[in-house]
Amino acid sequence: MARAVTRQRKMINTAAAWAVGLLIFFPILWTILTSFKPEAQAIADPPIFLGFDWTLENYSVVMERSNYGRFLWNSIVIAGGSTLLGILIAVPAAWSMAFVPSKRTKDILLWMLSTKMLPAVGVLYPIYLLFIQFGILDSKIGLVIVLMLINLPIIVWMLYTYFREIPGEILEAARMDGATLKEEVLYVLTPMAIPGIASTVLLNVILAWNEAFWTLNLTAAKAAPLTAFIASYSSPEGLFYAKLSAASTMAIAPILILGWFSQKQLVSGLTFGAVK
Amino acid sequence: MGQIKLNQVSKSFGETEVIPPLDLTIEDGEFTVFVGPSGCGKSTLLRLIAGLEDITSGHIEIDGADATNVPPAKRGLAMVFQSYALYPHMSVRRNIAFPLKMAGVPADEQDRRITAAAQALNLTDYLDRRPGQLSGGQRQRVAIGRAIVREPSAFLFDEPLSNLDAALRVGMRMEISELHKKLETTMIYVTHDQVEAMTMADKIVVLQAGVIEQVGSPLELYRSPRNKFVAGFIGSPKMNLIEGAEAARHGVHTVGIRPEHIEVSSSDGLWQGKVGVAEHLGSDTFLHIHGIAGCDPMTVRVDGELPVRHGDTVFLTPNETHLHKFDAEGLRIG
Repeated sequence: MARAVTRQRKMINTAAAWAVGLLIFFPILWTILTSFKPEAQAIADPPIFLGFDWTLENYSVVMERSNYGRFLWNSIVIAGGSTLLGILIAVPAAWSMAFVPSKRTKDILLWMLSTKMLPAVGVLYPIYLLFIQFGILDSKIGLVIVLMLINLPIIVWMLYTYFREIPGEILEAARMDGATLKEEVLYVLTPMAIPGIASTVLLNVILAWNEAFWTLNLTAAKAAPLTAFIASYSSPEGLFYAKLSAASTMAIAPILILGWFSQKQLVSGLTFGAVK
Repeated sequence: MGQIKLNQVSKSFGETEVIPPLDLTIEDGEFTVFVGPSGCGKSTLLRLIAGLEDITSGHIEIDGADATNVPPAKRGLAMVFQSYALYPHMSVRRNIAFPLKMAGVPADEQDRRITAAAQALNLTDYLDRRPGQLSGGQRQRVAIGRAIVREPSAFLFDEPLSNLDAALRVGMRMEISELHKKLETTMIYVTHDQVEAMTMADKIVVLQAGVIEQVGSPLELYRSPRNKFVAGFIGSPKMNLIEGAEAARHGVHTVGIRPEHIEVSSSDGLWQGKVGVAEHLGSDTFLHIHGIAGCDPMTVRVDGELPVRHGDTVFLTPNETHLHKFDAEGLRIG
């Protein structure tokens, strides 16, 4: 029997969903609001919600003091590069695991995921030493490699899940129709997997963009991305909440906009395979 | 040309042998049906012929040439899958064109063949649609169209009608049979449905546990099944197999009699029993008779108008000329 949904019930559900959504979004909203306040009003007690003297001063100070463009460029290179490299490695890996699995495929997948259970700080020392050894400390290429490696299990898992949803018979049909392995991949599998690949790319760009542990520990000035840009405003000599908020807003703005425009893709990608 | 010859072909998955070595020849232009219960290896056998599975030992010859190590695309065979296996992101036209594109057929020749196939299969109005916008029957026609345009030496069908509803299945059955008459190309058709096998085949191959139980025309299999398995599998409703005293009277282990070869009387006959379930099909009625030693219930086919009710006592007499006799191993005698 279909469950009856009354109008009243629907309204309560909608209100509850909005409440939860606003609760989750509140810290970001507060950061954005604070970025438009003068320093004094930013730390006012009781806090001022909207009735403050709106100003763009924080932004101009931040722009003046630090080279936002360089941080932004570093973030784009590191997030984009690590995702691209990860996809290039993960597609063939997920492919073989999904379509020509061996007895150990499940074990390998679980083992890969288990590396995510290790606290990052546990391998900070060896990785730091390796970076010094190879001379890639504070370099973009070093961060691209590290972020690719830490996100690779997730990329492989996601792609594996998408590929598993593609019926093997379709690939066999392509083989019967005379397609070579390359043509099978190019004309049949890839077009069918594009939604999955796209949401994997999106999620990984977001993860890499927001990654703060490795980016803060392995960079100094040259390769520092936006996470370091934010961190530079939380100084021990005194807290400049408004400027810190302005820096945070500028750091998250690009990814927030990207996420907003691709939310449909992201949601469908993340729930893919959940209902069949 | 489309003669396919299997020579001591076997298949094992790891330690498990699913098809012990077997020999089989499918003649050019023949409509051959592989039939058997699920898990009998019929689909595996088809996939071995297609080249989608590697054979463990033996040889496959297509048109006299050894095709054992030839990749699927190079065998000149076209396959229609149970799930249709259409490319969901391509229009019907591009689906049908795909094998031609892979083969590098010139564009105008592609168009000519697609138009011809679409006309033959009533798909002309749907060429620009995606598979997702078609019904099950139309999708199956697209899959057949994709197979036809290649002009293969043989068609392989893997339970192509299983996903269709009963009415559509009958219609498509006829269409495929007519296609075979028209093209006169070898067709190998896998099904678990013995009605499909009986109605479509020139030659039926009955399989059980990877072993060929019998090869023959539909009527050969119906009239003289080689063993009890084939006797029970071919024919609907199933043949009644009687053991015990009644079989001993004929000097054998088991006797078999088809439901349509038993006479029913309300006054006298060889066996006496009580009517259980009666299935009324209109033209015929299938009676399930209880209380007959060695075969309970016994199925009998009678005229649709025969006035019998649940619990009635009836007398049955088998037509002796249609009696099948089997030994203790289940093999046919005589």
